[in-house]
Amino acid sequence: MDLQTFWLILIAVLFIGYFFLEGFDFGVGILMPFVSKDEVDRRITLNTIGPFWDANEVWLITAGGAMFAAFPHWYATLFSGFYLPLLLILLALIVRAVGFEFRSKMKEQWWRKTADYFIFWGSALPAFLWGVALTNIVMGLPIGDDMNFIGSLGLLLNPFAILGGLASLVMFTLHGAIFLSLRTTDELKDRVERIAKIMWVPAGVVLLSFALLGYRHTILFEELGLIPGTLPMITIGAFVAVIVFMQINRFGWAFAATGTTIIFGTTVVFQGMFPVVMPSTISTDFHLTVYNASSSDLTLTIMSFVAILFLPIILSYQGWSYWVFRERVTRDAIPRS
Amino acid sequence: MEALELARWQFGITTVYHFIFVPLTLGLSVLVAILQSFYYKTGDIGYKRLTKYFGKLFVIIFTLGIVTGIVQEFQFGMNWSEYSRFVGDIFGIPLAIEALMAFFIESTFLGLWIFGWTRLSKAVHLACIWLVAVASNLSAIWILMANSWMQVPVGYHLVDGRAELTDFIAILMNERLLVQMPHVILGGFITGGMFVIGLSAWMIIRNKQPELFLRSAKIALVFTAVASLLTATTGHDQAQETVHTQPMKMAAMEGLWETEEPASFSMFAIINQEEGVSQREIRLPYMLSVLAHNNLTSEVRGLNELQAEMEEIHGPGDYMPPVAIVYWSFRIMVGLGVLFIIVSFYGLWLWWREKLQNHTIFLKTTMVMMFLTFVANTAGWIVAEMGRQPWVVYELLLTADGVSASVFESSIWISMTAFTLLYGILAVAAFYLVWYYGKQGAPEEQEGKETNLHTY
Ligand code: HDD
Ligand code: HEM
Ligand code: HEM
Repeated sequence: MDLQTFWLILIAVLFIGYFFLEGFDFGVGILMPFVSKDEVDRRITLNTIGPFWDANEVWLITAGGAMFAAFPHWYATLFSGFYLPLLLILLALIVRAVGFEFRSKMKEQWWRKTADYFIFWGSALPAFLWGVALTNIVMGLPIGDDMNFIGSLGLLLNPFAILGGLASLVMFTLHGAIFLSLRTTDELKDRVERIAKIMWVPAGVVLLSFALLGYRHTILFEELGLIPGTLPMITIGAFVAVIVFMQINRFGWAFAATGTTIIFGTTVVFQGMFPVVMPSTISTDFHLTVYNASSSDLTLTIMSFVAILFLPIILSYQGWSYWVFRERVTRDAIPRS
Repeated sequence: MEALELARWQFGITTVYHFIFVPLTLGLSVLVAILQSFYYKTGDIGYKRLTKYFGKLFVIIFTLGIVTGIVQEFQFGMNWSEYSRFVGDIFGIPLAIEALMAFFIESTFLGLWIFGWTRLSKAVHLACIWLVAVASNLSAIWILMANSWMQVPVGYHLVDGRAELTDFIAILMNERLLVQMPHVILGGFITGGMFVIGLSAWMIIRNKQPELFLRSAKIALVFTAVASLLTATTGHDQAQETVHTQPMKMAAMEGLWETEEPASFSMFAIINQEEGVSQREIRLPYMLSVLAHNNLTSEVRGLNELQAEMEEIHGPGDYMPPVAIVYWSFRIMVGLGVLFIIVSFYGLWLWWREKLQNHTIFLKTTMVMMFLTFVANTAGWIVAEMGRQPWVVYELLLTADGVSASVFESSIWISMTAFTLLYGILAVAAFYLVWYYGKQGAPEEQEGKETNLHTY
C-alpha cells in the first residue's frame, strides 16, 4: 500500500471516529427537548455527554488538520468550495458548545431557554449538513482545472443532497437515542427506548430511499453492479440488527449496531470513490485524487509516525474517560436549585 | 472592499478574538494546577476553595477558546485556499500534531477534571489538571511552529509553485520559534497571573474572604513577576532575531527610514508613510544599536534601503508594512511590558512590608492591569503579523496571492458579519459570567465531601 492510500484510510478513520462519537452527541442534543418532561430531565440528558462532547469534537479538528497536512489540495478545495455550509456548521458548533457550558450557569428562564435553542439547532444543523456535504462530494462538483470549485451555492442544495442530509440527521438521532437509553434510568430511560423504537421506521425509509437513489446518482456504485458488495451489505445488515436488538431489549448491542451502520456507511463513501477524493463533474481529468492532492512523501512519512504513535494513546485515554463515567446519570446526580 | 481585504479583516478579527482567551488559558491553567497542588500537599481546604473559584472561571474562558479555535482551524481552507495549497506540505504538520498531541489531551482531561472530583482519587484528579495545563502550552508550541515558519521559512524547497518539506528538524528548530515560543507563553503567564491578582485584589477590597484571596494574590504575584521579567528578556531576543531575519519589520517597528550607524531608538514620532518621514521625533542615541546587536555602534538598516533591495529581488512593488501601526503597537507592548514588571515587583515589595492587603490604590491598579494584558498581547501580534505584510509567507508568498479563488465577496461579508455579531454576544455573556461568579467569592467546601466543579 502506498503512503497516499494509507493516509486516505487514516483520514477516513478520523471522520468515522468523528461521526461515531459526535453522532450520538448530536442525537442527544436533538432529542433533549423531546424526551425531557422537566428541567431535571433536560439536565440529565445533557450530563450524559457532559465529560465527552469536547473530546469527541476534537476528532473533527484532527481530521481537518490531518487533511491539511496530508492532502492540502483536498482541504483547500473542499473548505473554500463549501464556504457557506461550513460557516453554518461552525456557527452551529459554536452556539452548541456555549449552550452546553453556559446553560446551567444562570438560573433565569430566558437564559436556559436560549441555551436550549442553541443546543437543539447547534446539534440538528450539523447533523443534517454533514450528510448534505458528503452527498455532494460523492455526486461530484464542478471543479475546474485549477482544482477550484466553480459552481454556485444553490447547486449544493439539490434534492438528493437534502435526502442525504436527512439520512445523516435520522441516523445520528437514532444513535443518540440509543446512547441515551444506556446512560439514563427509570422513566426517562423508558421514554427514550420507546422513541428509539418508533424512530427506527422512518429512519429506515429515509436510508433505504437514499441508498436506492444513490445507485443512480453517484459514482459509488458504478463498479459494484447490482449486487452491492460486502461493505454496503454490512451497513444494511447492521441497520436491521438495530431493531432486532431493541426488540429483545439489548440496547448495548443496538448501540454497537447503529455504530456499525455509521462506520460502514462512511467507509462505503471513502472506499467507493477511491482513489478519487473529490470527483469533478466537468471532466474526469479534473478529479482530485489521493495522488494529485497529496503532500510530499516526506511529509506523509513523518505524519505516519506521529499518527501511529498517538492514535492508540488517544483511544486508550479517551476509552478510560468513558470507563470513569460509566455510571448512569440519575435524578439524584442533579443538584437541586 | 474586495475579497482580499475582507478576508484579511475577518482573519484579523477572529484571530485577535481567539487570542483574548488563549493567553488566559495558558496562564490560568497553570495557576489553577498550582493552587490544587497546594491543596493536595497541605490538605488545607482554603486552597480547594481557591481552586474551585478560579477553576470555574477558567472553564468559562476555556470554552470561548475552544469555540473560537475551531474557526481558526477551518479558516485557512475557507478563506486562504491558495495559501493552504502553497504551504500545506509543511504548515499542516504542526497543525495536525497539535490536534493529535495537545487538543485531545486538553479536552479529555478537562472533562475528567470538571466531572471527576467525586470519582477520581485526589492524585489522579490533580494529574488531570496538570495534563490540561501542559497540553495547553504544548498546543501553543505547535501552532507557533506553524506561525514561525510563515515568518521565517526554513527546511523547504519550491516544487511547482508550492513549498515542499525537505528538513523537518529545521522546522522544529526554527530560530524564530525558539525566541517566539517562550515570549508568547510567558506573555500568557503574565495574562493569567494578572487575572488572578486582579480578581484577588477585587475580593480583598470588597472584604470577601480577604485572607484567602491574599494567598492567591501572593502566589500569582511571584508567578507574574518572574514571567514579566522573562517576557522582556525574550522580547529582546526576538528583536535581535528580527533584525537579521526580517529587517524590514524591524525598521517599521522603529519608524527608521534611513539606515543609521550607530542607530538611535525612537521614543515618539508621527509617522508619515506617504512622504516617508517621521516627524517630531524624540530619539535616544545608540539605543537601537544596543537593542539590535548588543553594542553601541552597529548599523541598523532603514525602510528606504530595504524597499530598494526588495524591489531588486522581487520586482517592483510596495514592500513596506503599515509603518505607523507597527511602530505604535510595538511601543504599546513594550511600554506595558515595563509597566507589568514595575507593578508586579512593587506588589512583592508591599508583601515584604506586609502592606499588600491594605494598599487599596495598588489593589485597584492591578485590576486595571488585568485588562491591559490583553492590549499587550494584541499589540504584539499586530507587530508580528502586520509587520510581515505584504507577505503572508515571508518573501515567498504575497498575502494577495494566498486568498481563496472561489469565494465571493458576498460570502465573506456574510461570514464576517456573522462571526462579529456572534463573537460580540459571546463576549458579553462570558464577561457577565466571569463577573457574576467572580463577585460571589470562593465557594464553601467541606472536608471529605466532594462535589463536581459543575453539573450541566
Ligand atoms: C499561543 C497559543 C495559541 C495560538 C497562537 C493559537 N492557539 Fe488555538 N488554542 C490554544 C493556543 C493557541 C489553546 C490555549 O491551546 C486553546 C485555547 C482553549 C483551548 O481549548 O485550547 C486553543 C484552542 C484551539 C482550538 C480548539 C481546540 C479544542 O476544541 O479543544 C483550535 C481548533 C485551535 N485553537 C486552532 C488554532 C489555529 C488554527 C490557530 C492559528 C491561527 C490558533 N489556534 C492560534
Ligand atoms: C493568536 C494569535 C494571533 C494573532 C492575534 C494574529 C493576528 C493577526 C492579524 C492582526 C493579522 C492581520 C494582518 C493584516 O492583515 O495586516 C494576521 C494575519 C495572518 N496571520 Fe496571524 N495572528 C495570530 C496567530 C497566527 C498564527 C498562529 C498563524 C498561523 C499558524 C497566523 C496566520 C496568519 C495568516 C495566514 C495571516 C494572513 C492573513 C492576513 O494577512 O490578513 N496567525 N494575524
Ligand atoms: C517588555 C518588553 C517587551 C519586548 C522588548 C517585546 C518584544 C517583542 C518583539 C520584538 C516582538 C515582535 C516579534 C517579531 O518580529 O515578529 C514581540 C511580539 C509579541 N509580543 Fe512582545 N515584547 C515585550 C513585552 C510583551 C508583553 C508584556 C506581552 C504580553 C503580555 C507581549 C506579547 C507579545 C506577543 C503575543 C507577540 C506576538 C508573537 C511573537 O511574534 O512573538 N510582549 N514582542
